[in-house]
Amino acid sequence: MSLRYTFGGDEFLFVEISEAMSLESFFKGMAITRRLAAANLDGIIEICPANASYQIRFNPDIISAETLLATLQGFETELANAPMRMDTRLIEIPVFYNDPWTNETGARFRERHQDPTSTDLAYAARINGYAGIDEFIAAHSGSPWFVSMVGFVAGLPFMFQMVEQERQIEVPKYLRPRTDTPKHTVGHGGCFACIYSVRGAGGYQMFGVTPAPIFNPAQEQGYLKDSMVLFRPGDIVRFKPISRAEYDTALDAVAAGTFNLNIRPVSFDLAQFLHNPSAYNRQLLGDAA
Amino acid sequence: MSRHITLLKPGLATSIQDQGRQGYYHLGIPPSGAMDQYSFRAANLLVGNPETAAVLECTLMGPELRFDSDAVMAVAGAEMVPIIDGEKHPTHTAIAVKAGSHVRFGVMTLGARAYIAISGGIAVPEVLGSRSFYNLGAIGGLDGKKLDTGDVLPLGEPSGSLHSHAELPENLRQPLAKQADIRVLPGLYDHRLSDEGRETFYADSWKVASEADRIGYRYKGGRPLAFQPRQPPFGAGSDPSNIVDAPYPIGSIQVPAGVEPIILHRDAVSGGGYAMIATVISADMDLIGQMQPNYSTRFVAVDMAEALAARAAYQQRLADLRAFFAA
Repeated sequence: MSLRYTFGGDEFLFVEISEAMSLESFFKGMAITRRLAAANLDGIIEICPANASYQIRFNPDIISAETLLATLQGFETELANAPMRMDTRLIEIPVFYNDPWTNETGARFRERHQDPTSTDLAYAARINGYAGIDEFIAAHSGSPWFVSMVGFVAGLPFMFQMVEQERQIEVPKYLRPRTDTPKHTVGHGGCFACIYSVRGAGGYQMFGVTPAPIFNPAQEQGYLKDSMVLFRPGDIVRFKPISRAEYDTALDAVAAGTFNLNIRPVSFDLAQFLHNPSAYNRQLLGDAA
Repeated sequence: MSRHITLLKPGLATSIQDQGRQGYYHLGIPPSGAMDQYSFRAANLLVGNPETAAVLECTLMGPELRFDSDAVMAVAGAEMVPIIDGEKHPTHTAIAVKAGSHVRFGVMTLGARAYIAISGGIAVPEVLGSRSFYNLGAIGGLDGKKLDTGDVLPLGEPSGSLHSHAELPENLRQPLAKQADIRVLPGLYDHRLSDEGRETFYADSWKVASEADRIGYRYKGGRPLAFQPRQPPFGAGSDPSNIVDAPYPIGSIQVPAGVEPIILHRDAVSGGGYAMIATVISADMDLIGQMQPNYSTRFVAVDMAEALAARAAYQQRLADLRAFFAA
């Protein structure tokens, strides 16, 4: 696979790894952008790894477009056969699925939806071949997800489901975007899950809400002390279904400043994962223990 | 007692802005900062501020202010005359304003963004290295909120080095016009356009639509742009203008469903699923911020060498501006 390099004006280099989304493409982008970050070159302003592409903002007065291009092409060659392993974090995100707020919002914008007589969850369950909402939630929360891009708005993670492609949940976006989405909605569009970091417009199907702050400029949560944004590309996420009572308790903890998340370091090996995703995930998530 | 001004009316979309913040785009936090960086710097230099002190960026309609302290004020960028206690004053000129003065502004007759610099600068706390307000993330500015009636804006200590050059000569002002050529570097996903679609984009004249703000500028009036048909790649979405969600360069131009081009500006959404077909060169980003709805634009394709030459010319203009005030 040969990468496609193209400049965005005089300050951006955009690199498409592949037209289609895949874990292999995401990993290649992560490997090259981590290599660039480690090289610590002058004139590199921002390194943005994304789903199947990455983007560099650079200062052409300090590093020329040709030098940057040659450097990245060099990393592409250097890393072509490198083992795809990554040290990262496993983050457990509590989710109150089928909550009243996203259901109310979904009802309010129903005329913009493919299936006006259904709910987002019932629609997603049906078109993905699940018998009902409960089975769908079990699938959504049963496998881990890779944070494959952070952005759109501040702190919003895009997440790619770590299962075989034929098992991946896929749903279209709303026919026309909503003008409102509750803060911390867990959404899904195409093959990507997301968590809305702020209230606002959105086109993804809505499945639930998390009580966990994921973007907080005041940095009141212990896990946001280093950065006001929780997620980083490469994080692995697991959704944990919680009840209304657990959700309310968590919100009280957020208000009291005692809320915390379960975050632990893990190593991920793409080849081992691809060999047997289900078994690898069980081991990764510690479910066997 | 600390120096401050009080906002009697906020105007249309007035916000606190400076040079912006860099290094957080990978977390979805865009640069923000003044849309017309040249004029923002000129306004500061006129009142003796460091050129990146925080100012008020006014869009289309200015605010009403009460000065609670003596200060020096200047307006640069769009043509929007200050009216102090009922008396009109020129733009691009340093004006001494007494404590207790009531300051409002005339109709914006040309351009879209005027910068009000006040001696000492607006001294709100920095967030991630900048005082710029970023609306979607609710950071920067005054407590991360939109400005509103009754807000009290703290001022920093003036440098005390007010220049004798109290007026900016015409040749050092941002040129304003109702028609502008915007230079772009073609690339990114422009191969997804049909040949006819690509020609149309550069041949047609485009008008700024009413949906034009700090996030992005939408254009209308040109013919629809055809994309090449294709089998949607996994994860991309079914419309031919869809791509697997990707980062958006600041200044990149996307054309959802081929209908209306959108240029992302300094409060850009940092990524998404629409094919970008070109990027405005850095030297022409300020011009976009000075375009009102209904102003017209032609997009002119340039290559990287031309983009870098324009960048050097822009830097020379800034150097000339600084030299004028250093003299």
